[in-house]
Amino acid sequence: MRAVGIILAGGNNRKMRELTQKRAVAAMPVAGSYRAIDFALSNMTNSHIQKVAVLTQYNARSLNEHLNSSKWWDFGRKQGGLYVFTPTITADNGDWYRGTADAIYQNLDFLRRCHEPYVIIASGDAVYKMDYNKVLEYHIAKKADITVVCKDLDAGEDATRFGTIRMNESCRIEEFEEKPMVANSSTISTGIYIIRRRQLIDMVEHCAEEERHDFVTDILIRYKNLKKIYGYKINTYWSNISTVDAYYKTNMDFLKPEVRNYFFKELPEIYSKVGDLPPVKYNPGSVVKNSLIASGSIINGTVENSVLFKKTFVGNNCVIKNSIILNDVYLGDNTYIENCIVESRDTIRANTRHVGENGVKVVVEKNERYAL
Amino acid sequence: MIKKEMIAMLLAGGQGSRLGVLTAKVAKPAVSFGGKYRIIDFPLSNCINSGVDTVGVLTQYQPLRLNTHIGIGIPWDLDRNVGGVTVLPPYEKSTNSEWYTGTANAIYQNLNYMETYNPDYVLILSGDHIYKMDYEVMLDEHKASNADVTIAVMPVPMEEASRFGIVVTDEEGRITEFQEKPENPSSNLASMGIYIFSWPVLRDALIKLSEQPNCDFGKHIIPYCFENDKNLQAYEFNGYWKDVGTLGSYWEANMELIDIIPEFNLYEEFWKIYTNSSNLPPQYISENSVIEKSIISNGSEIYGDVHSSVLGAGVTIGKGTVIKDSIIMQDVTIGENCVINKAIIAEDTVIGANVTLGIGSEVPNKDKPAIYAGGLVTIGENSVVPADVQVGVNTAISGVTTKEDYKDSMLASGETLIKAGERV
Repeated sequence: MRAVGIILAGGNNRKMRELTQKRAVAAMPVAGSYRAIDFALSNMTNSHIQKVAVLTQYNARSLNEHLNSSKWWDFGRKQGGLYVFTPTITADNGDWYRGTADAIYQNLDFLRRCHEPYVIIASGDAVYKMDYNKVLEYHIAKKADITVVCKDLDAGEDATRFGTIRMNESCRIEEFEEKPMVANSSTISTGIYIIRRRQLIDMVEHCAEEERHDFVTDILIRYKNLKKIYGYKINTYWSNISTVDAYYKTNMDFLKPEVRNYFFKELPEIYSKVGDLPPVKYNPGSVVKNSLIASGSIINGTVENSVLFKKTFVGNNCVIKNSIILNDVYLGDNTYIENCIVESRDTIRANTRHVGENGVKVVVEKNERYAL
Repeated sequence: MIKKEMIAMLLAGGQGSRLGVLTAKVAKPAVSFGGKYRIIDFPLSNCINSGVDTVGVLTQYQPLRLNTHIGIGIPWDLDRNVGGVTVLPPYEKSTNSEWYTGTANAIYQNLNYMETYNPDYVLILSGDHIYKMDYEVMLDEHKASNADVTIAVMPVPMEEASRFGIVVTDEEGRITEFQEKPENPSSNLASMGIYIFSWPVLRDALIKLSEQPNCDFGKHIIPYCFENDKNLQAYEFNGYWKDVGTLGSYWEANMELIDIIPEFNLYEEFWKIYTNSSNLPPQYISENSVIEKSIISNGSEIYGDVHSSVLGAGVTIGKGTVIKDSIIMQDVTIGENCVINKAIIAEDTVIGANVTLGIGSEVPNKDKPAIYAGGLVTIGENSVVPADVQVGVNTAISGVTTKEDYKDSMLASGETLIKAGERV
């Protein structure tokens, strides 16, 4: 393969509210059986990229645990492999990653020692399928310095939490605004970039000299008139999960047959760490409607229009509606949950009621687990 | 020098012909069980959970599925630098070339494999039982009693004892007598076909009996050790153990998993059963489905009703279809408005719309009444059942069947329909 991969998974985000207290956004469980970073990692391996670096900083324990073996994504190779880089103190650096460009700068030795001519930079918080080779072919054909993968948002979707882009007829990026107050364009950057490795090393070094640290503002926006930065538009499913509402919506999207079919049935598939959990058990009294249930769960109550992650236990006479229950949650008898996201490993005591009245409620209860 | 205290030899070469069309193309240990598992997952998981990390799997009959399933042993953590899992098929030698002619003969032909690891003990297992057992505890007993051979036994009801190989022991657990399917059993301890041998004793017996045709553990090796005054000990096991050698017992063992608190519990944390599952996505249950008292595996899409059944991974059940008391293996597709009663449907099979399985009166199967019994409908893997047909009980179907194969759109009870070809 002609490229190495870098996945930026360091970020924290206040818009995720309580959910990221526990983990980096890239480690958020998605679609019942996966974690957010699985999508970028699977796209890398399915694009035959053999060497991938994951740059991580904020609360990486959960992410590290998920990536403790590279074999699930087929990166356990002599040629290439999966590298997880957290900030380290070195002779000439004592800082955390001060931004995305700085994160790359602090691991520049990794890039210097590669021999692949291109670098694919992706973020760990988006749900999508992509053959990066197609983008790379475009990048080469356009003789671009940097290619930014972008997407038109549907009408009504909020573009202000993304970088908005305006391109000319030949797809060269003319305007790029990071998280604008008012969006002038519905075309947004997906945070997926292709750049020549030497070029990236030069730019990042230059940034560091000027004490600049952000890839978007200090490289993409600053260089947009000087370098040839092109947009590559996609129209396939792409969803960023980094707000509670977006996270909720992305999971609920998997209740649609076309989304399930695209991610679960069509090849190439998405890989994840294997949990070795038994099949789902439906006991008498279970009523399940329009829901996704992941393995290891035991259902005794009612579940409607919901996504249940791995190892959920639903007690007798429970009602769960329009909700997302993350991994390993125990719901005691007669619990009522509506319009909520229940944090993983929670124990909800019997007869508890949680309803998201105005929008989605994030439920975090730190009760002792009942002995099963 | 490489040294492993105990290695396991897992006999997985048998056909298991009493499973009928289920084992027409795969060896019995590779048959699906409990939704996402295969029978061999149970002894393999027991091995790694007991700390036995060197396992030779002896294959002979239709090994392709087994080989793909085992691979290099990653799901069971048996991908090791030293040891791990090794698949051992019969091979050509300079002096003679023969198939594995018996259980002990198969082990004898792999003396070299065992010698590589310089074991003190060899554990002999078979790949056709469902159970969780700590072989390390059995080994401790073996050492404590200074045994040469330890045989795992389990108490069975006295009235059923005459169906088993029975051992009689003294107070210390030393075996004093063997009775093969005795009419008047003097003990109710049945041999489970799990043995620990001290390596020199096993090696000596295998070499001494190497000329014995169809050399078998139960028939030759154990009696040989017994006659030569070796210390044979019984190790009593009291957990769940199920032989799934017949369609009836296979169906029953699956159905036991759906009890509210099953006797054989897959949901325990501390003794996990591992399997090679490539199917990761969660399962989808539609708006109009009714699911009750069932277990369903990853990636299935259910648009119909499922009652008291065991479903594998990647199964699709069409709208309006009602499944009852059935075992549906992985990647089976069932069309809309079907009624499926007490059926065993093997992997990758496609059932058309408006099909009814398992109706009509109880008529014994005409070809193999002993195999296709108990009111079951058994459908082999990669089969096709066309739309709008009805199938009676005690029936078997295999291959790509078309409407013309069903007279008046009906396969009567007791009939067998085996066609050539596979679904592509």
